[in-house]
Amino acid sequence: MTELTQLTLSEARDGLRKGDFSAVELTQAHIKSMETNRDLNVFITEVPGLAIERAKEADHNRSHGKAGALEGLPLGIKDLFCTEGILTTAASHILDGFTPPYESTVTANLKAAGAITLGKTNLDEFAMGSSNESSYYGAAHNPWKRKGDPRYLVPGGSSGGSAAAVAAHTCLGAIGTDTGGSIRQPASFCGVVGMKPTYGRCSRWGVVAFSSSLDQAGPMTRTVRDSAILLAVMAGHDAKDSTSADMPVPDFEAALSGDIKGLRIGLPCEYRPDGLNSDIAALWDKGVGWLKDAGAEVVDISLPHTKYALPTYYIVAPAEASANLARYDGVRFGLRIEGESLDDMYAKTRAAGFGAEVKRRILIGTYALSAGYYDAYYLKAQKVRQLIHQDFVSAFENVDAILTPTTPSSAFPIGENSDDPVSMYLNDVFTVPASLAGIPGISIPAGLSSDGLPLGLQLLSKRWDEETLFRVAGVLEEAAGFSGLSIGGEG
Amino acid sequence: MSLDDATVRKIAHLARISVAEKDIAPLAKELSGIMDWIEQLQEVDTSAVEPMTGGADMMLNWRKDAVTDGGHTDKVLANAPESHEGFFGVPKVIE
Repeated sequence: MTELTQLTLSEARDGLRKGDFSAVELTQAHIKSMETNRDLNVFITEVPGLAIERAKEADHNRSHGKAGALEGLPLGIKDLFCTEGILTTAASHILDGFTPPYESTVTANLKAAGAITLGKTNLDEFAMGSSNESSYYGAAHNPWKRKGDPRYLVPGGSSGGSAAAVAAHTCLGAIGTDTGGSIRQPASFCGVVGMKPTYGRCSRWGVVAFSSSLDQAGPMTRTVRDSAILLAVMAGHDAKDSTSADMPVPDFEAALSGDIKGLRIGLPCEYRPDGLNSDIAALWDKGVGWLKDAGAEVVDISLPHTKYALPTYYIVAPAEASANLARYDGVRFGLRIEGESLDDMYAKTRAAGFGAEVKRRILIGTYALSAGYYDAYYLKAQKVRQLIHQDFVSAFENVDAILTPTTPSSAFPIGENSDDPVSMYLNDVFTVPASLAGIPGISIPAGLSSDGLPLGLQLLSKRWDEETLFRVAGVLEEAAGFSGLSIGGEG
Repeated sequence: MSLDDATVRKIAHLARISVAEKDIAPLAKELSGIMDWIEQLQEVDTSAVEPMTGGADMMLNWRKDAVTDGGHTDKVLANAPESHEGFFGVPKVIE
């Protein structure tokens, strides 16, 4: 039955509709794959028993003509989404044993549509990282390896477990969150499609908060069509998130017309710095060729404040994180280290419960918000963020979408970039600007590096125009003809 | 170095994260490295720029100021390390 794990999400959906196999068979095949891929450490918590129970219900629903849009499709859920009755860790020691008594809106939407949860996927602690190495539960591993090199590589981060789980065919699709590139960068490293929708498209309610003005949930899948199918279910207005958009959710799958004739695609010169990796530069050129061949018009554009995006992000995100993570104090849930006083208990609990990167960001954020520094750092960053946003607004007056590389490198060996925080931050140089601007972005696996690793191309569009993004992404995917990994195999 | 040891002690206290004395100096160096890199923002002219204060370019929704949920004491306390008679338990704060 292992061949069922070779199906895309849309093929599995159609197969279930036709009755070629049951949801129980489909789920069992993926549970098997989850077990054989345990060396990748992609799941923090597996829930095979619950999954089979749900699959039986799904088959029952279908036989009674009540199948939802995702009825019987097994998915991985980033362990940042609160799931009722299932351990939720954010990959942090400080949330030890936390079992949410409620369900996040996004996972509730998936559940209501009939999707099956296989387990909770690994991530960087509190989604802070670009390699999945900051997880308290150990690094997740990329199922791809360099040609002739047996070392495990990072899957990227923070949604590294989700990306690796999809690439290794342990689930049909997964959901992640993206704050500065946490869906798109791991998607690029693992050779899958990663979509960050417009800020406000998906409710943030019940998602463990990192940086509230940036966090956004999105799908991670093996195809663009699968991405469109999942996003349509995840998205939608939610009264419980005041920043969730009260506007209709389009039929994203219907946007995959394959026709991009006459669309204008921008190429920002700032994304081609001196010394850009030659494999990546060449792939970007190829991507331009594919879009031209499909009838798009390609134009050079400039996004002049691009170089300030990363330092801006490393004020805004830590500042918001320092406020959001103040709630972890050993009183209401998770870890508690006893102290001599209440204050001492807070300080000891937080010292033991947070890992090094999370502490760094809380301290940077605390500093940037502290008396005497607020204007110099936080307010300054908010102003530069406005300029970065305006760069995109101006660009989209002239183009329909923007094409860039997703990452400045391919996946790297575990431990390679962990000495210097700033060098790790540079992984997100091409993804952070769109996060700051709140615009949607998607990474498409488009080719392999000279040492045999997946590389992604990123498409960006203006706010609320995911349809154009999916349309162009579909064409790019078709032209690239990227083939992912076969079952549990090597790249 | 933009952050000295005293500043690191102060922000660690503000953030309620206990840091061992031997870790203060290395942490100051590490955080200074990050802040020195961030310093490049100062070269951007933002004199006529309004700050961008959120991720959404829209008006937030209003709702009636009314109770919409509640009465879940057991659920709220279910994950607490310590609770007594419907309250969270904490170390003694009054001598």
